[in-house]
Amino acid sequence: MDVEILSRLQFAFTIAFHYIYPPLSIGIAVILVIMEGMYLKTKDKFFENMTKFWVKIFALTFAIGVATGIVMEFEFGTNWATYSRFVGDVFGSALAAEGIFAFFLESGFLAVLVFGWDKVGPKMHFFSTIMVSLGSMFSAVWIVVANSWQQTPAGFHVVGEGLNARAEITDFWAMIFNPSSVDRLLHVVSGAWLAGAFLIISVSAYYLLKDRHIRFAKASIKIALVVVMIASLFQLFTGHRSAVGVSENQPAKLAAMEAVFNDQTNVPLYLFGWVDSENQKVNFSIAVPSMLSYLIGFDTNTKVIGLNSFKEEDRPPVNIVFQTYHLMVAIGFTLIGISLLGIFFWWRGTLFKQRWILWIFVFSVLLPQIANQIGWITAEVGRQPWIVYGLLRTSEGLSKAVEAGQVWFSLILFTLIYIGLFILFIYLLNEKIQHGPEDVDSIPSEIGHPKANKV
Amino acid sequence: MEFTFDLNTIWFFLIGILLVGYAILDGFDLGVGALHLFVKDDIDRRIMINSIGPVWDGNEVWLVTGGGALFAAFPHVYATVFSGFYTALMMLLFMLIFRAVAIEFRSKQPMKWWRQMWDVAFSVASIFIAFLAGVAIANLITGVPIGPDKEFIGTFWSLINPYTILVGVTTVALFMMHGAIYGVMKTEGELHNKLRSWVNNTIIFFIICYITTTMATLIYYPHMIQHFKEAPALFLLAVLNMLAIANIPREISKGRDFFAFLSSCASIAALLSLFAFGLFPNFVLASNNPE
Repeated sequence: MDVEILSRLQFAFTIAFHYIYPPLSIGIAVILVIMEGMYLKTKDKFFENMTKFWVKIFALTFAIGVATGIVMEFEFGTNWATYSRFVGDVFGSALAAEGIFAFFLESGFLAVLVFGWDKVGPKMHFFSTIMVSLGSMFSAVWIVVANSWQQTPAGFHVVGEGLNARAEITDFWAMIFNPSSVDRLLHVVSGAWLAGAFLIISVSAYYLLKDRHIRFAKASIKIALVVVMIASLFQLFTGHRSAVGVSENQPAKLAAMEAVFNDQTNVPLYLFGWVDSENQKVNFSIAVPSMLSYLIGFDTNTKVIGLNSFKEEDRPPVNIVFQTYHLMVAIGFTLIGISLLGIFFWWRGTLFKQRWILWIFVFSVLLPQIANQIGWITAEVGRQPWIVYGLLRTSEGLSKAVEAGQVWFSLILFTLIYIGLFILFIYLLNEKIQHGPEDVDSIPSEIGHPKANKV
Repeated sequence: MEFTFDLNTIWFFLIGILLVGYAILDGFDLGVGALHLFVKDDIDRRIMINSIGPVWDGNEVWLVTGGGALFAAFPHVYATVFSGFYTALMMLLFMLIFRAVAIEFRSKQPMKWWRQMWDVAFSVASIFIAFLAGVAIANLITGVPIGPDKEFIGTFWSLINPYTILVGVTTVALFMMHGAIYGVMKTEGELHNKLRSWVNNTIIFFIICYITTTMATLIYYPHMIQHFKEAPALFLLAVLNMLAIANIPREISKGRDFFAFLSSCASIAALLSLFAFGLFPNFVLASNNPE
């Protein structure tokens, strides 16, 4: 394998692994704000203990997010040096802004959030929780802005030629609000809320099935259910907006998402299928006639540009984009279904008696994680063969000083270390879940940290 | 050299400040790690790790921000150095992760071999990170082989020579001293007294390394003091650095641990400032091309 394939594999692997954790942090942090807000409102110690438990889970996801995030930032320079030279002014600025405006906020207040329960007043602590939550979302803002600029570059001009060519910002706000930033940001953030909220639902449903921490689990599920109901419906809206944006700004990607080969109107929307790129056919498929055209332009006569209108070297791989996109959409609708089911039985007052729903809840934690991962695969593979859409090819972005052997070395070690890290994460998560929250009813005078001196 | 306040100068010093912040903050938790194996008792080791437990990941945020700022302001430096130092940086990343894992894992099982394994991992990773950071800095002083297309043309081994190793060891010594003082501040009782006595040993170790490095720099890399000849006021920084180091044993003997720690912070800041002024306005020197 050559350096390009190896570097792409390594980046894909390390970013996919990294992306397990920040969405969990973002999603849990929002719910922490709700829970602690309820504590401040009701003064019920129960909500404080509840917040404390989820803070522990949050801290775990945050720590692994930091450790794997440093890797990402290094990799632009180590493996994609030519890309880094080209985009430094734009992409680098967004990364620097993430550090200054998001990380310092987040990590500064994180110490208060995790260790400050007895050291600051409840209002100050609540403020810290809000700041950590905002910090985690600001981080998403800058990263999605940076990535959206790769998809739909704007607000810049290219100076220099050949090796010295680089993009320079001409209009900062046009760069930030490039055509795809806002829609994609909303889509990413509500995907993160789903990831965090479903983790909370899953753990709480497990407690109910095991007949432990009943009051805690019921209250946690109710709070998280409201979040997933709103977020999963909101995903429908942001997903639609993003797809319309793709049709306008990255027509080759849209053509790959729905396997459209020739320019046509009345384009069908596939529910599923298997793309045969060679013969330009979709096999084993069921499709809704004219639906894609209708969704893109609210008119069945909307024309969609097909892949054949692009030069062969400018087309992304089709089947992988098609499959990941359709699976993501299917999961999106499943999540809406699960949320509605939960809300319905909650309204009927029998939610916690339906063991089958609780079992669905336990495993539901995997769905937003899968959807987040494959959604990014759609976005990133669909952008190929460009590393910056229409400007710089992925094959041109590589580091010239790095050889295949070096990337083999790092890729193998990353694989081993990340497998270890994932086992560690599951182990620690399980330990915290088995230990459980402090039950306020059984330990009425519980103050302070029984585990503060234990690492 | 003309000293002008353009955007590049501001960025140069902003990145300098971020790196100083990182060295001061992660410096003490790496130092605690480097001293870890010298502490023999299991509970004491646990206390050592707990003293940095709440802060180490926050400290690493400074590194992330510094990296981002470098990427934004000096993309060519970022690209050349990061791709050129590929293998060294990958090892640095693996060590950062190993260290984080060791901190989380060591106290999870009571078996002796288990704890010993993670203690070694934690300590070796801490030493290695400090050492690599020193080697990286030394390579900015010595310059690295760079081709006409701004690409690094050496290998991993061209980064390693007696001088870069010396600076690496000096960095380890500096962080050990810094970590010992932090430990003194954060502990009580027997461990506290033990660490207190170590502060003096680590200071001696550091001063020996420091003098050797300074002499080697003056002899082999005199370009580093060019600015100091032009602006003798900069020698004040060197004096400040000496005073800060000399002040540490004084504060320790008076029991003012916090002031000892501040002195240690000041000496790190002064040391890195000396390095930055020596390097300015360059970031990466091409060793094969004196222009």
